[in-house]
Amino acid sequence: MKCDYACGSEEHLIARRQFLGGMTAGGAILGGLGTFTTAEAVAKMAKNQKRMIVVRMAGGLSQFESWDPKPGTDTGGPFRAIKTSVPGVHISELLPHTAKVMHHLSMVRSINTNNGDHGKGTYMMLTGRHQAPGQTYPELGAVVARGLDSNALTLPGHIKVTSGGSGGRNNDAAYLGPKYASISLSGGKPPAYTTRPKDVTEAGEQKQNQFRKLANDRFAQRRRTAETDAYVQSFEQAQELMRQRDVFDLSKESDKDRERYGKTQFGEHCLLARRLVEKGITYVQVTHSNYDTHNENFNFHFEQLGEFDSPFATLVADLAASGLLEHTLIVVLSEFGRTPRINARYGRDHWGKSFSVCLGGAGIARGGVVGATNKNGTEVSEAECDAGHLFHTYLKALGMNSRGTFKIGGQKLPVADPAFEPIKELLA
Amino acid sequence: MAADPKQMHVARSLAHTAPFINCRFDPSGQYLLATAEDRAIIRWKLADDSKVVFSGHDSWVRGLAFSKDGQTLVTSGFDDTLIWWPLLDEKPEPIRRVRAHKGWIRAVAVSSDGTLVASAGNDRVVKLWNMADGKLVQELAGHELDVYSLLFHPDGKHLLSGDLMGVIRQWDVATGKEVRKFEAKDLHSYNGGQRVHFGGVRSLALTADGKQLIAGGLHKATNPLGAVHEPIILRFNWADGKILKKHLAAGVRGVIWRNLIHPDGFVIGCSGGSGGGYLLFWKDAEEKEFHKQKLQDTAREMDLHPDGIQVAAVHWNKKVSMCRLEKKPAAPKK
Repeated sequence: MKCDYACGSEEHLIARRQFLGGMTAGGAILGGLGTFTTAEAVAKMAKNQKRMIVVRMAGGLSQFESWDPKPGTDTGGPFRAIKTSVPGVHISELLPHTAKVMHHLSMVRSINTNNGDHGKGTYMMLTGRHQAPGQTYPELGAVVARGLDSNALTLPGHIKVTSGGSGGRNNDAAYLGPKYASISLSGGKPPAYTTRPKDVTEAGEQKQNQFRKLANDRFAQRRRTAETDAYVQSFEQAQELMRQRDVFDLSKESDKDRERYGKTQFGEHCLLARRLVEKGITYVQVTHSNYDTHNENFNFHFEQLGEFDSPFATLVADLAASGLLEHTLIVVLSEFGRTPRINARYGRDHWGKSFSVCLGGAGIARGGVVGATNKNGTEVSEAECDAGHLFHTYLKALGMNSRGTFKIGGQKLPVADPAFEPIKELLA
Repeated sequence: MAADPKQMHVARSLAHTAPFINCRFDPSGQYLLATAEDRAIIRWKLADDSKVVFSGHDSWVRGLAFSKDGQTLVTSGFDDTLIWWPLLDEKPEPIRRVRAHKGWIRAVAVSSDGTLVASAGNDRVVKLWNMADGKLVQELAGHELDVYSLLFHPDGKHLLSGDLMGVIRQWDVATGKEVRKFEAKDLHSYNGGQRVHFGGVRSLALTADGKQLIAGGLHKATNPLGAVHEPIILRFNWADGKILKKHLAAGVRGVIWRNLIHPDGFVIGCSGGSGGGYLLFWKDAEEKEFHKQKLQDTAREMDLHPDGIQVAAVHWNKKVSMCRLEKKPAAPKK
């Protein structure tokens, strides 16, 4: 595919010039903010750059056991509701630490995607679109990275922190291209294959790369395409990942902070998320698993949310204290909620007709509750919304024009589904 | 009359308006007590099945235990609270409330001499209370995960507590010190894919002579979140803590919510889960059950009447199966 920027767009020229400049003028790299190439860019980005952290509660978090408790009803289950730092707002007793930072956050309690399928639900919540045959849309992280990544950012802007898996580059950017596809940090470890093999010397590696650049540049003079740019960019980004591997190294954090976030994997991943946004990464998605509790829903939510609560609250409090929350949007989402009906095995099943998300930070009004469900949570009773509305809201909160378009291969493609719009009540 | 599990039949059903959680016969055998998801405590007079519903907990009620004289009921809730009730009052009102734990209380038991109440739950602490006034007597700390089950030894000197990790701790009641542990590892698993601990010691019972301990739960948990697992009961030798036998129920999907030892010596297990509800019966030396009885719905708890013949099993479908371990009487001739 021919790409616009291959024909000399300003965006690409700047990016390439800055990248090469960074490589040749290595002395300009700043230690603590090593992801930027110039001091000027660092200063500008530190002041203005918006970032986003998504905590994906994989499997389907129960709204009853989290953001929309209904104690004392036929659907409410055994857990009680507790007060939060926002007068009049209650959440589940499983979230006592989060309850103390709710004045930094808001909730949407009226999501109806009418979907109970894991794959479709995840797609909806991460693309803001309803899945349709033959169409693939970029995930939120890719859209945000494309929209917000500064040209001075040399590391990937779209990072997923997962509990396991192989790590590496994912295929979630659709037509935005591999530059904006996520890189998984499997188990929170630095990206795979980012250390130089022992049998390759530094000098040898340098020569290899010089030769590759020479060949690439010569080829690009006459046959440059989006694909060749993607190859070049992948190599360049891989080099940056190797050079700046410390950005992903949690051991660089203080013992005190590691203690505060806890020794659980999710605690470490929350601290890593903080570290990454502090280092300028645009979008970080942390997965917490697993909430697909068809069996013994209450035991498992007690266990899982017990692990989630304190590190998440610590992350919110830390970002608020450092001022970074002003620039960082945090969203806790799930592919769907869980049924009001408690099944025979004390489980709850899939439910997309009335569930919740929690969000806060950049561009979002604090301490709010948008929408409501009826007395026992079986349906939305007020301000019903869809994943599409949420997607628009996230982008708007980050200062992006959610009604804008991406120009891809000469085509204008909407940034977000035009059938929806931002939820105004949520925006600051 | 000796019980005959193979002749077991459901004599009648009782009903409520919400799914059941637990049930116990009172010591006199005149009443059946049950709890349900609407926070209710239900008392049926078995002579005429008349029903009294009362409530006082701010959540579901999991534990039911009785004073030695049968006059007082102690309930434990998922609201951190123990409540003492005058069991036989026309409409019981709480005598005493004790905020006993931080989080769910999963089990409550009364000592054989009737002087102590034990409670335990999600805060991983076992506590002993004075039955007479509700004062705290001992705190027994050591469990690494939630405590699921409690049992006083009939010798009056020891208490057993079983947890999610499959560890059963024996405590000296007088000193509060841990005496030893029974390892019931078969009853616990950690699923790395789903990242959950699962199983636990769901029920404990001792043989009449005190020489063997049984602990029930689940194993083969290939999919904890999807309810794929099978019931299992472990039989320990009290003297050395070694496992003597594993009582299994191949092909049944569920968990042992309660296990009991019948006065005639056989084990009764109540299993509920994705495979439905069963009462399962094992002889002491056999791995395979000698009888299994499918119930009308998944079972959540059961109890054996003091007469050794009646068994009550409570269900999700808002019904109680009142079973009898004897031959069904012939229908009267018309």
